[in-house]
Amino acid sequence: MSSPNFKFKEKYVIDRVQFGVLSPSEIRKMAKVTVVVPQLYEADGSPVAGGLRDPNFGAIEPGERCPVCGNTREECPGHFGKIDLARPVIHPGFGDIIHSLLQATCRQCGRLKLPPERIAYLLNLIRRLRRRWPVLARQLAKEIKREAAQVMECPHCGTRQFKIRYTRPIYFYEERPEGEVRLTPINIRDRLERIPDDHIELLGLDPKRARPEWMVLTALPVPPLAVRPSITLETALKAEDDLTHALNEIVRTNLALREQLLGGSPESIVEAAWDRLQQLVAAYVDNELPNVGQITYKRKRPLKLLAQRLKGKEGRLRGNLSGKRVNFSARTVISPDPNISINEVGVPVDIAKILTIPMRVTPDNIEEARKFVVNGPDVWPGATHVYKADEDRKIDLRYNRNWKQLAESLKPGDYVERHLVNGDIVLFNRQPSLHRMSIMGHIVRVMSGRTFRLNLLVCPPYNADFDGDEMNLHVPRSEDAMAEARELLLVEKHILTPRYGGPIIGGRQDYISGAYLLTIKTTLLSKEEVVRILAATDYVGEMPEPAIIKPKPMWTGKQMISLHLPNDMNFRGKAKINAGNLMCGSIDCMNDSIVVVKNGKLLMGVLDKKGIGAEEPQNILHIMALEYGHNTVKNFLDNVFRMFIRVLEVKGLTVSYGDLEIPKEAREKIMKKIEEARNEVRKLIDEYRKGTLETLPGRTPEESLELRIIDVLNRLRDEAGSIAISYLDAFNDVFVMARTGARGSDINITQMSAMLGQQSVRGQRISRGFRTRTLPHFEQNDLSPEGRGFVSHSFVEGLRPTEVFMHAGAGREGLVDTAVKTSQSGYMQRRLINALQDLVVSYDGTVRDSYGNIVQFRYGEDGADPMLTYHGKPVDIDRIIESVRLHKVSIDSRKEVRK
Amino acid sequence: MPKPGRVSKKILQHELVPEHRVLTLEEAAEVLRKLGVRPWNLPMISINDPIVRILKAKPGDIIEIRRRSPTAGESIVYRIVVPY
Ligand SMILES: [Mg+2]
Ligand SMILES: [Zn+2]
Ligand SMILES: [Zn+2]
Repeated sequence: MSSPNFKFKEKYVIDRVQFGVLSPSEIRKMAKVTVVVPQLYEADGSPVAGGLRDPNFGAIEPGERCPVCGNTREECPGHFGKIDLARPVIHPGFGDIIHSLLQATCRQCGRLKLPPERIAYLLNLIRRLRRRWPVLARQLAKEIKREAAQVMECPHCGTRQFKIRYTRPIYFYEERPEGEVRLTPINIRDRLERIPDDHIELLGLDPKRARPEWMVLTALPVPPLAVRPSITLETALKAEDDLTHALNEIVRTNLALREQLLGGSPESIVEAAWDRLQQLVAAYVDNELPNVGQITYKRKRPLKLLAQRLKGKEGRLRGNLSGKRVNFSARTVISPDPNISINEVGVPVDIAKILTIPMRVTPDNIEEARKFVVNGPDVWPGATHVYKADEDRKIDLRYNRNWKQLAESLKPGDYVERHLVNGDIVLFNRQPSLHRMSIMGHIVRVMSGRTFRLNLLVCPPYNADFDGDEMNLHVPRSEDAMAEARELLLVEKHILTPRYGGPIIGGRQDYISGAYLLTIKTTLLSKEEVVRILAATDYVGEMPEPAIIKPKPMWTGKQMISLHLPNDMNFRGKAKINAGNLMCGSIDCMNDSIVVVKNGKLLMGVLDKKGIGAEEPQNILHIMALEYGHNTVKNFLDNVFRMFIRVLEVKGLTVSYGDLEIPKEAREKIMKKIEEARNEVRKLIDEYRKGTLETLPGRTPEESLELRIIDVLNRLRDEAGSIAISYLDAFNDVFVMARTGARGSDINITQMSAMLGQQSVRGQRISRGFRTRTLPHFEQNDLSPEGRGFVSHSFVEGLRPTEVFMHAGAGREGLVDTAVKTSQSGYMQRRLINALQDLVVSYDGTVRDSYGNIVQFRYGEDGADPMLTYHGKPVDIDRIIESVRLHKVSIDSRKEVRK
Repeated sequence: MPKPGRVSKKILQHELVPEHRVLTLEEAAEVLRKLGVRPWNLPMISINDPIVRILKAKPGDIIEIRRRSPTAGESIVYRIVVPY
């Protein structure tokens, strides 16, 4: 049960919402004020009657009584007013509909331009469709409009028809033979009025709720004051809302137009005022329309009018209805803590003292509850409020400081609003929330400090790092919400991702280096080291048998892993290092790059990115999760991974300049390669200049030259890289990290030790900058490698000034690309989610929308949960056969032993 | 709005056209009962669909389609014939 302080009576329940167009009579009926004067206030500061601040718009001041309904501002709903327009104007939101209606109906008699018998048939059809398939009715209406618009002579009265040209959002022109004529809102309203009700149905509108002539306004509703409140500045001056400013303009223009009409002004002057009124009303609805002048405040800032309040990210819909600010949440910087469980989150005490949970007092927890109350709101773990059930009263412990006495008076049935304590469950979130693992349930662990702490293994699902990232925390406060979070949201239940079924939680960076260094064959641990490493885990039990006994007992790293594997686990997979000269085809190979676990023993193979990395399908964590459940994996992650870090603490992992330096001999080899490539490129350019260069199929000579040069230079970069890498020590930590997938790749090593290679912008060598060259340091039209962005030096050697420029150019493209890509993919994601968000897989396996319409008869056709599949297949036959075989072998061998 | 023109029965032989069948009244009632839906909750198929025209199905008929599926082998879906 949630906190008892919300009590409300249900008066009415909204059953459904019906949308329509306000008719002029309705606008007039609901109006309590007719605005006729532009002045807002009298000289004494009181509102002008018949002005935009008329008290009949509703009570807004504290203590004020509404002259219309008699309520104070809390109860008064606010009342609409109206402006009677001197001449009608088009409502800009309906321009497209008006256009299609004008095109589909006769300019003389107003009837739909289709033969009567066809109209009768279609009317029957559309009425039948509207009941069950409103989508189809809308589609049919669209087609009817298209069909009728083609007809150039009225089938009813025979009048000749003309094309209607529409300039968004409010201007219509008729293309008569004698020339184009502008249709005034009066003309348009007359024509719309003539359309019969039945024909309106065929055009996709409901004549009872949306007569088309209502789309041309003759009266403009003026919203209540509560919608457009004025603010009193400290100078006692009043600043009016943007809507009031815009309405004021409309009132003035309307008044001027009326006077001109009464005074019999020349038509051209009337026309000008009328057009101004049309534009003002259009802008009042949406101040960002094309072909309509914006209404501005003091000729500077465009006003925020009706559409601007609703539209966009900060608008009413996206900013206040689908997304709101919430209580019982916290946000701060995150930092890592490898010593807490993946299921936990470290919460600063200062936050734990603000976030609270209502605790219902029972005979069993009353002593505990008293302790919270005695501590008060400032000492953790304390309480902020006490709710006394029999008095129906909430007591704020900040103000009532008789905590001891309050604690004494607690009775079962009361509530204590207590601080967050260790063991509570909270929701933890990092934006952008792109998949469901972006919000997971964590168990609270209150800590000193001012940051949220999280285990590094949950960085991949949140895509978090610690360069200043902040995260949000939300507290579920009802028993149901807390239970649901524990059962469904807890981190360990999200080790496998529903995206592709693989583990999304797993090691990165140091965890991988550590796992590798622990499990390589050369790692032999003394008794002291074993104890130190195992102390990082919760292992309790005997020391395993040493792998080597003489001269002194030594253990292998693989034994440390085996201690933590389930006893009957079997696994086989390739390691990441299984490539190049460490390639391993079968388990008979000595390179140790095939991982084999048999009966819970890591028999061979090193653990690296493929074995324990995050987002690596079919790794040990994946198989363990599928066969032993997520709790086993959680324990493995909490213990063994801490051991990997301990290994690095014992053995050390560090990188220095020296790790990237290559011997003189290697440098010379690379220099020779560079010289060869230079000559080759020079030869290509010569051939091109002579016109003897062999062109590639479908390419111009210029393109052929570029492609061949790029080819030569890329080969040069790769060769230089191989040379450099071949001189690196096998235990060089940079090299170890690249090979195991912990960090960096061969390309990074190449760029640091050998050469950066070709820098490119838009996939081409850099060719622009100055008119005939990239930089003034080069000859005009220089096609040589350097002149077009080839960098032959490495980061260790240092770059030449021109090389730095080329590198910065290519680097800039990368930054621009990421910026553009994130915004575009973010928008695409939004559209997809909006379209799919309320589809549900129901208990019978069908996929349905929120109306109960069936979308799929069986989820994904096969009903398989992608989270539990092997690469999309419901069962992995190969693995099952393998495990049956292993099982049989172990039974057979046990039989052998018994014999 | 039934569209004019004939449809060749040859399209039934095309390898990309799955097997369509009009359900009998009893079968249709059973399908609706099993799914617990009203007829208009089913996905639609137009009366103008070439296959529907060959089968001479009427609006309101339910058509069973057996599709070959890369994930499930075969998948059966139902569609209701709509008058437009
Ligand atoms: Mg970051
Ligand atoms: Zn009122
Ligand atoms: Zn006519």
